[in-house]
Amino acid sequence: MGKVKFAVVVFPGTNCDMDCYYVVKEVLGEEADYVWHREEDLSPYHCIILPGGFSYGDYLRTGAIAKLSPVMEGVRREAEKGKLVIGICNGFQILVEAGLLPGALLKNTNLRFLCKFVHLRVENNQTPFTHLYKEGEVLRMPIAHYEGRYFAPPPLLQSLEKNKQVLLRYSDPEGKLKEEANPNGSLNFIAGIVNEKGNVFGLMPHPERCSEEVLSSEDGFRIFKSMADWMKAQL
Amino acid sequence: MRARIFIRLKEGVLDVQGQVVQRALRNLGFEEVENVRIGKLIEMELSNGEEGRIRDMCERMLANPVVEDYEIVIEDGEG
Repeated sequence: MGKVKFAVVVFPGTNCDMDCYYVVKEVLGEEADYVWHREEDLSPYHCIILPGGFSYGDYLRTGAIAKLSPVMEGVRREAEKGKLVIGICNGFQILVEAGLLPGALLKNTNLRFLCKFVHLRVENNQTPFTHLYKEGEVLRMPIAHYEGRYFAPPPLLQSLEKNKQVLLRYSDPEGKLKEEANPNGSLNFIAGIVNEKGNVFGLMPHPERCSEEVLSSEDGFRIFKSMADWMKAQL
Repeated sequence: MRARIFIRLKEGVLDVQGQVVQRALRNLGFEEVENVRIGKLIEMELSNGEEGRIRDMCERMLANPVVEDYEIVIEDGEG
């Protein structure tokens, strides 16, 4: 079969688009196109990436304006068809604002922009985004955000846990959930969640910044590889 | 016509900014401050002050109903 086609969506203020494009094209060896947020048709693509950055300068709330861009209709349509959608950092914030993922992302409890490596524990590897990881595996990935504190009202949080929708949690290097390992105050240490259907994934850490050995961690690469392999198995 | 929209974090949602401001006020000597919550005020001028439409703006964009409540105050008369 041919290559898996990734769309890398670009909003005004997106700034991780080139990193995502590079990883898909050069490290993963699949196809990638930049798609400007005014485009509506994402049907030619198998996978859609909403990269990080500061879409619309984070005005009003992070992701609040970007969710209204025409491209989000396309994202919604393709997600309904079962295509894979991943939102990284600001992309995650856009997905929750758009209602494609549940919950909200609030200011970090220490009111600081956090730019550092953290440890993450893989909670569920039975998904198109994580099947190349082991359950309980501890990853090292960078975060870079001011508004990454995952919040959900208690009933929603319970259903996320019950449905195994939490894919990644902040942990210490041994995989233990310790308060000091939770960088932003996220409820239940949540760093990444998937929708009920399992094809829309949002996470605050940046896998595209740790997909090659030269970047001191390759732990993010298997997210992209998982997506591509999973898509190939469907085609 | 003019409208003011107050957007507040819902009760039960931790307001870290409010906590920091409360602590800073206490450090300034205002020990009577027991709780601070910080929200947003949006003021707009409109050609049509229909409340239902402003509510729609809040639901769809101005507020995030997952974590925020909003209150609309419409001021009649020539602005």
